[in-house]
Amino acid sequence: MSHQILQYLLSGLSTGAIYSLIGIGFAIIYNSTGIINFAQGEFVMLGGMLTYFFLSVVKFPFMVAMLLAIVFTTAVGILFERLAIRPLKNASPLILVIITIGGSILIRGLAMLIWGKDTHSLPMFSGNEPISIAGATLLPQHLWIFGITLFIIIVNRYFFYHTISGKAMRACSHNRRAASLVGVDVKRMVFFAFAISSAMGSVAGIITAPLTMTSYDVGVMLGLKGFCAAIIGGMSSGIATVFGGLLLGVLEALGAGLVSSGYKDAIAFIILLLILFIRPQGLFKKADTERV
Amino acid sequence: MSTERHVLLKYILFSCAVLVAPVFFAGGYLLNVLVFVGINTILALALNLLLGYAGQISLGQAAFFGLGAYISGIATATYGMNPWLALVLAAVIVGLIAFAIGFPILKLKGHYLAMATLGFGIIVYIVFNETFELTSGPSGLSGIPYFSVGTFEFDSDMKSYFLIWGFALAMILLSVNLVNSRIGRALRAIHDSEVAARVMGVNARLLKVQVFALSAVFSSIAGSLYAHTMTFISPTSFGFNFSVELLTMVVIGGLGTVYGSFLGAALLTLLPELLRTFQDYDIVIYGFLLVVMIMFLPGGLVRIPSLIMARFDRLRVRGREHA
Repeated sequence: MSHQILQYLLSGLSTGAIYSLIGIGFAIIYNSTGIINFAQGEFVMLGGMLTYFFLSVVKFPFMVAMLLAIVFTTAVGILFERLAIRPLKNASPLILVIITIGGSILIRGLAMLIWGKDTHSLPMFSGNEPISIAGATLLPQHLWIFGITLFIIIVNRYFFYHTISGKAMRACSHNRRAASLVGVDVKRMVFFAFAISSAMGSVAGIITAPLTMTSYDVGVMLGLKGFCAAIIGGMSSGIATVFGGLLLGVLEALGAGLVSSGYKDAIAFIILLLILFIRPQGLFKKADTERV
Repeated sequence: MSTERHVLLKYILFSCAVLVAPVFFAGGYLLNVLVFVGINTILALALNLLLGYAGQISLGQAAFFGLGAYISGIATATYGMNPWLALVLAAVIVGLIAFAIGFPILKLKGHYLAMATLGFGIIVYIVFNETFELTSGPSGLSGIPYFSVGTFEFDSDMKSYFLIWGFALAMILLSVNLVNSRIGRALRAIHDSEVAARVMGVNARLLKVQVFALSAVFSSIAGSLYAHTMTFISPTSFGFNFSVELLTMVVIGGLGTVYGSFLGAALLTLLPELLRTFQDYDIVIYGFLLVVMIMFLPGGLVRIPSLIMARFDRLRVRGREHA
C-alpha cells in the first residue's frame, strides 16, 4: 500500500509541475495587465501540437521541432496581445474575459482545422526504461519534467529579481501607473508578459505530451488546472504558485487512485471553489489587499 | 408615458411575428430549428438578465440548463412523475441551488466570478457523467415523456413550437417588466458601480443573488422544455462549450437588451444550419464572431439600426451645412 501511495505522489508531482508552469503563465499576465488570459491553455496545446507537426509531418529533428514550436507559440502569444488585447484600451474585465475566451476558441478551432481531431503522441526525450524507486516506478520523462520545470523556475526567479526588465515587470504588477511615472514602458512589459507566458505554456505542453498525448483540445483542461494552481498560490508568479500546482497534482493523483478516477477532474474545481470562497487571496498570503 | 406604450407595442409586434411565423415554415425542417431558437432565446434571456443588466458574468449557465433537464428527465422517466409537475420541481430545486451557491459565488467579481461559475459548471457536468444509476452516464437518458394535457400530447414540431414559444413569450414579458421597473434600475446601478448603488440604498448583495437565482430558474425551465421535447438527453449538451455558446449569443445579440437575446439566439441557432457545408468550421466562426463583435460592435446586433440612423443623421446635418 505504501509504495502505491508513493507512486501516486510521484506521478502527482509530475502533473503538478506542469500545472505550476501553466499557473505561473497565468500569474505573469495577470500581474502585468490585470487580465486572466483564458487562452493560456491553448499555448500549452500549441506547444505539443506544433512539436508533433514539425517532428512527424515536416520531419525536422526532435530538438529543432521543439525549439520551433516554442518560437511559433510565442509568436502566437505576441500576436494575440497585439491584435486582441492592445486595441482595447480601458476595457472592463467582462469584455476582456469574453475576448480571451473568443481568442481561445479561435486558436483551438484553427488547430482542429489544420491538424484534425486525432490524438498524437510525441516520443519520450530519452528512452522509456522505467526507473524503480522504493517500489514505485518512474519514467525518464518524469525526471525531464522535474528538471525542466525546476530550470524554468530558477531562470524566472533570476529574471524577475536580477534584471532590469524583470524588476520593471514587478513594478508594473504593484502599480502600473506608478511604474509608468518612474519611466517603465508599461506596454513593453505587457508585451514581455505575453511572450514569456506563452513560451512557458508551450514548454509545459511539450514536456507533458510524451506522457499524456496531445490533441487540439487538451488546452482547456490543462489551462483551467493551471489557473487553479495560480489561485492556490494567490496569483504569485513565484514559488507559491509552484506549491499550488504540486499540491493540486498530488491531491488529484491521490483522489483518482484512492477515491474514484471519474471524479479526478472535479477535485481541482472543488478546490478552486473552496479557495475562492474561503481564501480568495490564496493559501499562503495574508489578506492584505482585496482580491476581487 | 409614451415609452411605456412603445415597450408594449414592441412586445405585441414581436408576439404577432412569433405566432405567424409557423405559417411559413409548416411541416418543414426549419420549424424544428425554430423550436430550438425558442429554447435558446429563453437561455440567452436568462444569461442577459444576469450579465447584461446586473453585470455579473456566468460561465456555468449550461449547468442550470442541464440540471433542469436531468431533474425533469429522471423524475418522469425513472419515477413516473407528471412532466408539468417535474418542470416545477426542477425549477424549485435549481432555484434553491442557485440561491445557496449565489451568496459565496457573487461575492467574487470579474475574472474570479467567471472562473468560479465555470468551475461550478464543470463539476455539474462531471456529476452528470459519473452518476450512472441516476443519469445513465455519457450514453444519455432516454424514454422521457412528452408534455401532455389529458390525451393531447405535445409530440410534433408544430405543437412544440407553440408550447415553447408560449413559455418564451411569457418570460420575455416578465423580463421586459422587470428591467423597466425599480428592480431593473437597481440592477443597472449595480452594473455601473456596485459601491455607488449600495450607497444609494440598493441591497446589492441580495439583489445579485436573486437575479442569479431567477436566471437559473429560467434556464431550468428551458432545460425541462428541452428534455420533454427531445425525449432524450445526454451530458454533452450541457458542457462548457454550450455555456460559451450562450455567452456568444448574448454578446452578439446585445448586452442588456431583451430582444437582443432573441437576435443572438436566432443567429447562432440558424447559423450552423446555414453553414452546414462548413461542418467543423462552426467553432472557428463562433470564436471569430465573439472577438470581432466585442471589438467592433460592442453593443451587439440590436444596435445596428440606431447606428445606421446616427450615420444617416450625420449625413443629413452635413448636407444642410453645405446648402
